[in-house]
Amino acid sequence: MLLVLLVVVVLNFLMLHLAPGDIADTIAQTMGGADEQDMAELRKQYGLDQPFFIQLFNYVVRVALLDFGHSHFYNLPVFDLIMERFPATLLLVFSAQILSLFVGILLGVYAAQNPNGLSSLFVNMFSLFGYAAPVFWTGILLLIAFSLHIPIFPVSGMRDITIESGNFFVHFFDVLRHLFLPMITLASIFFAYYSRLCRASMLEVLGADFVRTAKAKGLSKKDVLLKHALKNSLSPVITFAGLSFSAVVSGAILVETVYSWPGLGTLAFNSIISRDTPVLLGILIFSTLMVTVGNLLTDLTLKALDPRIKI
Amino acid sequence: MLENEEIEEPTIKPVKEIFQTFFKSYSAVTGLIILIGIAVMGFIGPLFYPTDPFDMVWMPFSPPGADGFLLGTDYLGRDILSQIINGARVSIAIGFSAALVSCFIGVGIGSFAGFYGGWVEETLMRITEFFQVLPTLLFAMVIVALFGSSVLSITLAIGAVSWASVARITRSEFLRIKELDFVLASRSSGSNNMALIFRVILPNAAAPIIVQSALLVGAAITFEAGLAFLGLSDPNVISWGQVIGSNRVYILDATYTVTFPGVAIFITVLAISLVGDGLNDALNPKLRSR
Repeated sequence: MLLVLLVVVVLNFLMLHLAPGDIADTIAQTMGGADEQDMAELRKQYGLDQPFFIQLFNYVVRVALLDFGHSHFYNLPVFDLIMERFPATLLLVFSAQILSLFVGILLGVYAAQNPNGLSSLFVNMFSLFGYAAPVFWTGILLLIAFSLHIPIFPVSGMRDITIESGNFFVHFFDVLRHLFLPMITLASIFFAYYSRLCRASMLEVLGADFVRTAKAKGLSKKDVLLKHALKNSLSPVITFAGLSFSAVVSGAILVETVYSWPGLGTLAFNSIISRDTPVLLGILIFSTLMVTVGNLLTDLTLKALDPRIKI
Repeated sequence: MLENEEIEEPTIKPVKEIFQTFFKSYSAVTGLIILIGIAVMGFIGPLFYPTDPFDMVWMPFSPPGADGFLLGTDYLGRDILSQIINGARVSIAIGFSAALVSCFIGVGIGSFAGFYGGWVEETLMRITEFFQVLPTLLFAMVIVALFGSSVLSITLAIGAVSWASVARITRSEFLRIKELDFVLASRSSGSNNMALIFRVILPNAAAPIIVQSALLVGAAITFEAGLAFLGLSDPNVISWGQVIGSNRVYILDATYTVTFPGVAIFITVLAISLVGDGLNDALNPKLRSR
């Protein structure tokens, strides 16, 4: 995990290094030009006159000390900016992931009971949809439908600024109302994949001997399905959910931009527009961190489901 | 002479069978026809509908059907139908070439990992795992933001971040196939490692790789659209994603400016995935029952 983060940081540095122009150029541009001497001064100030490996080492050390540089657009340290936005993205990513897993598994179990029925068809259709429809487009359509034509949900943001006072629950439901559409949009790509996988692995498990044994000893259908079959068919689904984490984070960036959800995605979008590279690189590091933590949680869940697995 | 014919027969028949299975499936053929239709639209369409997609031809936000513009005009008064026709070329071109790039990287890494095993495999699969953990869109955003948003850099960025699945599939196929007898036979008749990898094992591992690459084309098209939506597209060419991205701010006033290019992407990617499913059925007879 730490290794992954280290590699991301090194990769960041390499990209910065290889990209045309450096920070001295950027500063010179915003100041309206600088002569050779000023440029050399600037480069010295930012350590750009040092040998490659020393620069790399310095960069890694700075990141390890949580110094991601300074955003010249917001005029704030990148770390503070990201920390401010991080919880919103975390909320969106994990709620969407949990929702799509929940709905996906439920649908998968249901569809596995009649493999050629309507629910199976629905699952297949929806997974095609999830693959083909760009997530930001789905988001825009939902936004048009449920905020514009049938105004149930707010158009954008995470909180209603008119609500100032009120207890915890008022704020909780306010955020929930704002979260609903982004969460549904993001989950719409993934739940069908999960349910397709869950259906396939349920079908496999339902044919196994131990399920027949469970039926033979007279357990109710519900007990057979939920206690014996489901538990054994979950691991491919959870594994796939772990692999999808980076896709969920990528999707979250687009969804956030559509709904102006105040997370890392909108920050990334703004920093592209304002050419705020340090912010973008910091977001890359943080979202990689989020994915690795997600993977770790997946591994732990897998282990809880199947004690034979060693981490 | 007779012997030759006997040997040749089984090598030709499977190909024929693949085509037969593929064309028997209605959904795969429908997908293929749609795809060809869209490609034809992109490449020949401008001849029949010569409106320049960059020209401001009419008032902004003219609704679809009004004033002789079938799909309306965008925020600058540019013809959306023309943008969709001309955007097809770029979207499809980026989709295919990005998939080709990731196929190239993925097959290279996967085949070496699977063939050599040991520390080579360990190292290469670590790299692959790393690229699976990396949030692909963000990484591509960083590349495009740093190296400029030209068609080339966008294609390379998409290709560079989405090869992990190809590498994994290639590796697992190589692990399976390299143990088979014909590989041993070929090795004992003096083939060197490169010949074994590219002439002997790779053709036999091609089926799942082709299917995965077909799916990557669709993924790359949505990927490009996503980047363009975030404003990272080549300003000199029109692509579907760019049409959505540039009209994004006005969705609440003029929904159609975003709906139609979205439909175009949706239909294209859907067609690609139908073709991919058809290819999967045709190339992997064992999986057909799933």
